[in-house]
Amino acid sequence: MTERARYDTAVTLSPVLRYAILLLVAGLVLVPLLAAALGGFKSLGDLRVNPFGLPAQWEWDNYWSIVAGPRYWQLLWNSLVIAVLTVVLTLVTCAMAAFVFAHVHFFGSTFLLRYLLLGLMFPAAAAILPLFIKIRDLGLLDTYWGVVLPQVAFGLGMSILLLRNFFRQIPGELLDAALIDGCGYIRFFRHVTLPLSRPIIATVGVIVFVHSWNSYLLPLVVLNRDSIYPWPLGIMAYQGEYSTDWQLVLAFVTLTIFPAIVMFVVAQKYLVAGLTAGAVKG
Amino acid sequence: MGAKMANAIASVRARFSSWRRSTRPIDSRLAVALLFLPPALLLFTLFVALPMGEAAWYSFYNWNGYGTPETFIGLKNYALLVQNRAFRIALCNNLLIIAVSLAIQLPLALAMAILLADRIRGAVAFRMIFFLPYVLAEVAAGLIWRFVYDGDYGLLGKAAAALGFAAPYVLADRDLAMYAILIVVVWKYFGFHMMLYVAGLQQIDPNLYEAAHIDGATGRQILTRVTLPLLGPTIRLSAFFAVLGSIQLFDLIMPLTKGGPSDSTQTMVTYLYSYGVTRMRIGFGSAVGVILFVICVAFAFGYNRIRTRYD
Repeated sequence: MTERARYDTAVTLSPVLRYAILLLVAGLVLVPLLAAALGGFKSLGDLRVNPFGLPAQWEWDNYWSIVAGPRYWQLLWNSLVIAVLTVVLTLVTCAMAAFVFAHVHFFGSTFLLRYLLLGLMFPAAAAILPLFIKIRDLGLLDTYWGVVLPQVAFGLGMSILLLRNFFRQIPGELLDAALIDGCGYIRFFRHVTLPLSRPIIATVGVIVFVHSWNSYLLPLVVLNRDSIYPWPLGIMAYQGEYSTDWQLVLAFVTLTIFPAIVMFVVAQKYLVAGLTAGAVKG
Repeated sequence: MGAKMANAIASVRARFSSWRRSTRPIDSRLAVALLFLPPALLLFTLFVALPMGEAAWYSFYNWNGYGTPETFIGLKNYALLVQNRAFRIALCNNLLIIAVSLAIQLPLALAMAILLADRIRGAVAFRMIFFLPYVLAEVAAGLIWRFVYDGDYGLLGKAAAALGFAAPYVLADRDLAMYAILIVVVWKYFGFHMMLYVAGLQQIDPNLYEAAHIDGATGRQILTRVTLPLLGPTIRLSAFFAVLGSIQLFDLIMPLTKGGPSDSTQTMVTYLYSYGVTRMRIGFGSAVGVILFVICVAFAFGYNRIRTRYD
């Protein structure tokens, strides 16, 4: 039996049919995206008669007017600030907590872990109104922190779980030896746990970043000033203003997808590892 | 703000290093727990646990968010919800999304994963393409599909015209809008489930397939007797994610229909947004939140029981 057949999952399709199906599905996935990107290069009249094909005349101005203006960059900047603050705060708080849950057992530690993991079970939407009241009473409406802090809080469960499962693989004997030699927990955390855990820290960082970058409901409720809008809010506002100029909306959407695709290509390994981390464990 | 933050960080760092030098001998289990747990516990309590508890409390009041909630109305918010036509539509739509996710999206994802499993040429490229919609923000994907469905400028309108039909305005059509959204849901999320299945398939021992081949098993037998049973935990996990995601669907609907026309595409969360948040009906909206919470938690516990029984 050949090497190739060893990986055969018993699909008895002919290669032609197999590729035909794959290409069909890939086409259905890509056509809307490509049509949107190309649509950004068309004039409105061209779009009306010819939404599928190449532009009759390439209108670079659609894209250029967006890239040359401050609005697009302001939106990306706001999203970036919120995402970076969220990632940093999540990693700091969750790595510390996960370290305790992985290596330090004391009365009530299991209970505290379960308490923090409750957040995995329901979406922020369920508590969005009291959350709004709380953020308002703390004076955090229309601030980056008003979005960052609840985002971190709702992401805690997932991040702590991933980090703790990784930290636990560091052998307890290593910690015991370090403690006997007079190295405290905190030094062990800084000089052993963290350097050994770079892959999982990167994975959690990437997941939290993407989540924050794409988030919509929380900023929608917390932010009211368009100078502080992250890009999903900004693009919805843009669509509201230019709803009749589809070519501009499409150019804008394509430009916001671009950073996501770059990010995906760069961080693909970590993203997929994180998303499927639960799957392998079952 | 940057300078302020830097100052704060510097002072914390200074305090931390001096603390570490002076108290290393009592650097004990208790000390590390007392130092490392409070930030996470505080954030979680303040922004997750308390708001959820408050939602339960507010849901018994009629309150517009100013002053303190005083008008206690008992279970009236819940009674209003049960009788509300739009909320019932929202619940039905959530069920419909769950059903389509499980019955169409997951089999499609599994089929693609199996077709790509044999290290065929181009497998990585196909995997990336199928995963791409999942990486896009819901808002961006929603706006792109709003264009696709647009009767005047969009792809669907043009395709219908080419086939000799009048241009349809699906998102403005009460009877069609929900189906249009379901297509976007499958398009957006099947790649994620495919990735789960790809990871699951890689865990299956290839020797099993070799043995099955040698014993003369047919393709169908191998699929139903080897692949599917061994993929059980992955399928259950993927179904779990699919249901949980379907219950919470919101971001994708806003750019497409915002729950309209005439509430025909509401889900629980878009309903909560349109009737609770935008109208600042804190008590009423909180009641929706509590129902959402109960459904999610009940489902999570149910899944956990099933998982511990089978896996």
